[in-house]
Amino acid sequence: MNVEILARLQFAFTTFFHYIFPPISIGLGLMLVVMEGAWLRTGNEMYKRMAHFWVKVFALVFGIGVASGIVLEFEFGTNWATYSRYVGDIFGSALAAEGVFAFFLESGFLAILVFGWHKVTPKWHFFSTCMVALGSTFSAVWIVVANSWMQTPAGFKIVGEGTTARAEITDFWAMVFNPSTVDRLSHTVVGAWITGAMLVVSVSAYYVLKNRHLDIAKAGLKMGLVFALVSCGLQIWLGHQSAIGVAKNQPSKFAAMEGHYDSDKPIDLTVLGAVDEQNGRVSGLTLPGLGSTLMGGPDVRATGLTDIPARDRPPVQLTFQMYHLMVFLGVALTLLVVVANVLLATGKLWTNRAVLGMLVGAVVVPHVCNQAGWIGAEVGRQPWIVFNLLRTSDALSKVVTAEHVLASLVMFIVLYALLGALFVYLLNKRIQEGPEDATWPENPTLDDPTGSVKEPLLSEAKR
Amino acid sequence: MFGSLDLATIWFLIVGVLLTGYAILDGFDLGVGMLLPFTKTDQDRRLMLNSIGPVWDGNEVWLLVGGGALFAAFPDVYATVFSGFYIPFMLLLACLIFRAVAIEFRSKEPGAWWRNFWDWSFSIASYLIALLMGVALSNIAMGLPLRPDKEYGGGFWNLFHPHSLVLGLTTIALFMMHGSIYAVMKTDGELNTAMRRLSKSAMIFFGVTYGLLTIVTMVFAPHMADKIRELPWLFVLPLIGFLAIANVPREMTRNREGAAFVSSSVAIGTLLGLFGLGIYPNLVPSMPNPELSLTIRNAVASQKTLETMTVIAVIGVPFVLAYTIAIYRVFRGKVDPAHMHY
Ligand code: HDD
Ligand code: HEM
Ligand code: HEM
Repeated sequence: MNVEILARLQFAFTTFFHYIFPPISIGLGLMLVVMEGAWLRTGNEMYKRMAHFWVKVFALVFGIGVASGIVLEFEFGTNWATYSRYVGDIFGSALAAEGVFAFFLESGFLAILVFGWHKVTPKWHFFSTCMVALGSTFSAVWIVVANSWMQTPAGFKIVGEGTTARAEITDFWAMVFNPSTVDRLSHTVVGAWITGAMLVVSVSAYYVLKNRHLDIAKAGLKMGLVFALVSCGLQIWLGHQSAIGVAKNQPSKFAAMEGHYDSDKPIDLTVLGAVDEQNGRVSGLTLPGLGSTLMGGPDVRATGLTDIPARDRPPVQLTFQMYHLMVFLGVALTLLVVVANVLLATGKLWTNRAVLGMLVGAVVVPHVCNQAGWIGAEVGRQPWIVFNLLRTSDALSKVVTAEHVLASLVMFIVLYALLGALFVYLLNKRIQEGPEDATWPENPTLDDPTGSVKEPLLSEAKR
Repeated sequence: MFGSLDLATIWFLIVGVLLTGYAILDGFDLGVGMLLPFTKTDQDRRLMLNSIGPVWDGNEVWLLVGGGALFAAFPDVYATVFSGFYIPFMLLLACLIFRAVAIEFRSKEPGAWWRNFWDWSFSIASYLIALLMGVALSNIAMGLPLRPDKEYGGGFWNLFHPHSLVLGLTTIALFMMHGSIYAVMKTDGELNTAMRRLSKSAMIFFGVTYGLLTIVTMVFAPHMADKIRELPWLFVLPLIGFLAIANVPREMTRNREGAAFVSSSVAIGTLLGLFGLGIYPNLVPSMPNPELSLTIRNAVASQKTLETMTVIAVIGVPFVLAYTIAIYRVFRGKVDPAHMHY
């Protein structure tokens, strides 16, 4: 295999793994703010135990998110050196801003969130929770700004030619608010909210089914479901906005997402299907012309793939399938959340084991949507790494060999398989243990905010 | 906006300050990690890890921001060094991953083998990170074989030679000493006594490697002292460094570990300051063709980006400093065994 394929695989694999964790951090962070806020407002200790339990989960997620994020930050330089030279002027400032505004905030206040229960007043603890939530959202801001610039570059000029050409900033705010930033940032962050909310919903529904920790489980389920309902509704609308933006700014990606070949025909909307790349058409369950209607009216047209030179076309099937998977699952999830909310409002949810069971399983759905969304967005941008400016194949490091990339890819696969397995094991263990019982936190020997092992300390035992 | 200010030099300094901040702060985390194998009980190791638990992630962010600032201000340096040092960097990443998860995982299971595994991972990763940093610094000091297209022209084994190995060892020793002082500050009872003993050995270890380093630098990289020969008043820098290093054992014997910690921080700062002085205005000196060096002029980002980043730094840094200090204050004092985390 050549360096390009391997470097792409490595980037795809490492971002895939990283992107399991950030959406949980962002979404759960916000849920923690709600939980602690409820505790401060009502003084009800149940909310404190709830927050305390979820902080432990948060710490676990955050730890792996950090470990896998460090890799990405340096991977631009190791694997994509030519790209780094080309966009450093633009991309670097976003990455540096991310560090200054986001990572310091998150990591600093996380210390208080996890370790500070006994060190600061409840108000300060709540403030720290807010800062952690804010910090993780900020980090989404800057990385998505940088990525959106690669999708729809703006606010720059090209300096130099051939191998020494590079993009230089001319207008910082035009770079930040490039044509796709607002759509994509809001869509990504709301996707993270859904992810966090569904995690709380799933675990709480599991406890209800098992008849454990009922007070916390029911309160968590209510909180999560309402949160998920609002976010899902928003998300469909935001996704629609994104699609309109893509049609305008990245016609080749849009054509691939919809499997749209003929520029003169209305855009069809496929529910489920497959692209027949040989014959240039889509087979499956298709609603003719509905795409055009959604985009503004039956007369709306978009560039079809036949009008795009073959060397500028993205891989069609993969882009199409990922996009449709996301939309399909997104709508399905929204329906489930609506049904659950109706049952909740009518008081029938607690006894409806089928719906509760589905809610337990639904925790993976937002993750699949997140990953499918990113794959669709990134593969749909191909063959460009910076849309219409720099090809992915020209962006590689010149001095890195295929063996090196392969070796490091194997290393990451082994390491991440280990981490992934441990994560699942420890998360499950945490969930099985559940929130502490109502006597918490009076007995300090049981106090172990991040660890789960409860053992009498040696110093205590000696006394 | 910034008139005639030499922003390239300012950003050379800022990147230097960030990486120095990293060395001082994460330096003691790494040192504590290196000392883990020298403790006796599981309880001791938990106390050690708890002493750095709340702060290590924030400390590591200094490295990330340093890397980000390098990317933004000197994209060519970021690209050349990271792709050129591919294998060592991948090793470094593996170590950083292990360190991050080891501290999170170790107390989640009671089994001795589980805890041993993570404690050793944490410790070995700490040693390797320090070693790799020393090796990287040495190679930059000695100059890299750069090509006319700004790419690295050497191989993996070129990175290892007497100077880089000695600097790697010195870095290990320095962080060990720094970490042991921190551990003395943070513990009491028997563990404190043990750490005091260890800190003595670490100081001797560092003294020896530092002497060796001075000799190999004179032999292999004499140009690092050129600027001091030209501008003799700069000699105050190595002098401060020397005094700071000598002051560490002095304060330790008087049981003033706070002052010793400040001294070893100053020592780290001056050593890196001397390094920066030695290479300036190069960022990556080229050997054997010095005209191919990456300098603050030919590797720099546009003026506009430097201006933007300066604004970002001016707005952001006061916040960062304010809450970093606030958080260190919250967790000041000895680790409390009644509230154990790891
Ligand atoms: C939508 C949000 C999002 C996206 C798309 C990414 N990240 Fe991320 N990242 C986060 C949201 C986030 C976070 C929520 O802020 C994390 C996850 C868990 C955590 O600890 O912070 C984080 C952690 C994290 C860290 C560790 C920070 C620390 O030590 O505190 C680094 C260096 C990166 N990321 C870098 C990247 C890079 C280079 C990405 C692009 C390829 C990337 N992230 C995609
Ligand atoms: C902003 C800097 C980024 C750069 C330079 C970048 C670059 C790339 C490159 C070169 C590929 C390989 C292309 C391919 O294989 O088709 C890729 C794929 C991918 N990227 Fe990005 N990306 C960036 C940001 C992100 C972010 C923030 C995410 C989300 C976490 C992300 C998610 C993905 C995914 C899921 C793939 C998989 C595509 C595939 O399977 O091929 N990327 N990216
Ligand atoms: C249900 C209707 C949805 C529609 C119409 C929709 C539409 C889109 C479109 C058009 C893109 C590509 C944007 C681009 O490449 O610039 C996208 C990307 C993405 N989607 Fe969705 N989406 C939907 C649901 C979801 C859900 C439920 C999630 C997650 C919970 C999700 C997560 C993502 C992510 C993470 C990306 C990549 C980031 C980005 O490019 O904005 N989407 N979506």
